[in-house]
Amino acid sequence: MRKYSDTILKIVLVAVMALIVIVTVYPLYFSVIASFSEPSEVVAGRVTFVAKGFTTEAYQNALNQSEIWVGFRNSMIYTLLGTLLSLCLTVPAAYVLSKKQLKGRSVLSWYFVLIMYLSGGLVPTYLIMKNLGLLNKSYSLIVIGSFSVYNMVVCRVYFESSIPEELYESARIDGCSEFGQFFKIALPLSTPIMAVIGLFYASARWNDYFNAMIYLSNSDLFPLQLVLRNILIQNQMAAAAIDPTLDPEAVYALTRRAYLAETMKYSLILISSAPMLILYPFVQKYFVKGMMIGAVKG
Amino acid sequence: MQTDLRSAGRRTRMKWLKNGWQLYVLILPAVIYVFLMNYLPLFGVQIAFKDYRPSKGILGSSWAGLKYFRQFINYPNFGLIITNTLRISLYTLLTFPCAVIFALLLNEIQHTGVKKTIQMITYAPHFLSTVVVCSMVLLFLRKDSGVINNLLSLLGMERQEFINVASYFEDIYVWSGVWQNLGWNSIIYISALSSVSPDLVEAARIDGANRMDIIRHINIPCIAPTIIIMLILACGSILSVGFEKTFLLQKSLNLSRSQIISTYTYEVGLKNSQYSYSAAIGLFNTVVNFILLILVNGVARRVSSISIW
Repeated sequence: MRKYSDTILKIVLVAVMALIVIVTVYPLYFSVIASFSEPSEVVAGRVTFVAKGFTTEAYQNALNQSEIWVGFRNSMIYTLLGTLLSLCLTVPAAYVLSKKQLKGRSVLSWYFVLIMYLSGGLVPTYLIMKNLGLLNKSYSLIVIGSFSVYNMVVCRVYFESSIPEELYESARIDGCSEFGQFFKIALPLSTPIMAVIGLFYASARWNDYFNAMIYLSNSDLFPLQLVLRNILIQNQMAAAAIDPTLDPEAVYALTRRAYLAETMKYSLILISSAPMLILYPFVQKYFVKGMMIGAVKG
Repeated sequence: MQTDLRSAGRRTRMKWLKNGWQLYVLILPAVIYVFLMNYLPLFGVQIAFKDYRPSKGILGSSWAGLKYFRQFINYPNFGLIITNTLRISLYTLLTFPCAVIFALLLNEIQHTGVKKTIQMITYAPHFLSTVVVCSMVLLFLRKDSGVINNLLSLLGMERQEFINVASYFEDIYVWSGVWQNLGWNSIIYISALSSVSPDLVEAARIDGANRMDIIRHINIPCIAPTIIIMLILACGSILSVGFEKTFLLQKSLNLSRSQIISTYTYEVGLKNSQYSYSAAIGLFNTVVNFILLILVNGVARRVSSISIW
């Protein structure tokens, strides 16, 4: 009886897992084969399981767009400097809040937790950012959105649970100041958690289009995601309507351009997602630990 | 000897007090940042009760009372927007068990390598941007060249322009969300499951329990607190269906199902510059969410003695 039921569970398990893996991977796999296929085959809906007519034109075309390069550069700068700023704000705050002896600890905790539930909303936030002079500046997207309470809580719980109090105690007896304890004991021991929340911050920034759309209007400052939105969602690359008086050869060239704009979308999907998809497996082993302590103690 | 110890103890406490200020220095940047970025906007919420004029500023504009809240409630599409928002968020809530079930199943895999690989694969979509996910959705749902339609026509079914059919909007929204976050949302349950005592499982095995019994009587009770906390948090954001994805998937033909509170706030606030009206809608949204969170938290505390506060 027991064997029988366990076998059924095993079959269900294998089937469900196989289905989930296929459904997860297929859209990405399709983007890869579509981006390398002959545009006309993709547009005609003939590419489903394998690439047809291998070509790298889609990538060449994508990399010829200057706004892609500008966006890529801007996104790199925003992500690197923004994540650095985020860590500088989050890690010390989390460390301080992990100190049980701190006077006013619960007031400070509430000060941060409250903003998880109460927000000014779109327009008041926009007006304040405008008053602070953060509209349309090269540093707008570095400064805005640098602090996440959730990440701070995850980091705080790490400090509380992973670094024994005795370590600080003995350092204190040796005459180590609070700064010293933070920089010489806590920081060197917190690389795993910095990797996790660093990745969270970095991927949030790399993938954000909303703040860019709200706070930036100068296209030289646009991050990659906003450029992508204009191309992928709003079809700003769509070829002009075909003039029937043109000779067949020109018509062919124009249709091909239009088709190429389609496969270029798939190549852009992959180009823009590559950095984060390459990065996260390195940090993956810390996810489970970081999320566990963060959420349960919330 | 004893006095020595006591004075040593006092000395360390003195030391602590002497350097205590350094801790406040460490937290100061975050306090200032949050004040500027989060608390000042909260102060700016007062424009919801004012006739905001950019020339007069937030403080200088004259009071308008509840005018803009009344305007929102009397707006002909008020009911439609609320219903759309609720429909999408309740539908999303219904998919809540997916991640729990996925975690329970994953926990049954004995082979660590296979388990790690499946985890890695299912985390991947979480690291794609909203723009990328939405454009994949739009590309795949295309009538003439979309993969979904290709597969449907292989099966002998009719091709359809799914994104322009309003009644499919919430299906597209919710299931693309499950696709993107299934693996990611399961992490928290996987870590909760890792605290299930192996001795308990072993004892149950000896008593003749099968795997299903173990899941039902050991694993699920063990992660129940985590499930309840996640449920409370999910209920607390029931009126805040994300702007970013909805906005990208909106088409004029599906607007009757895809216009939600947050997209309407954006439209009147930043596109039409009706600042006070938009702020009023935003405040309405926040207040309802906050009340819901407190209610659900209270109910959960009564029923299960588990709560986030």
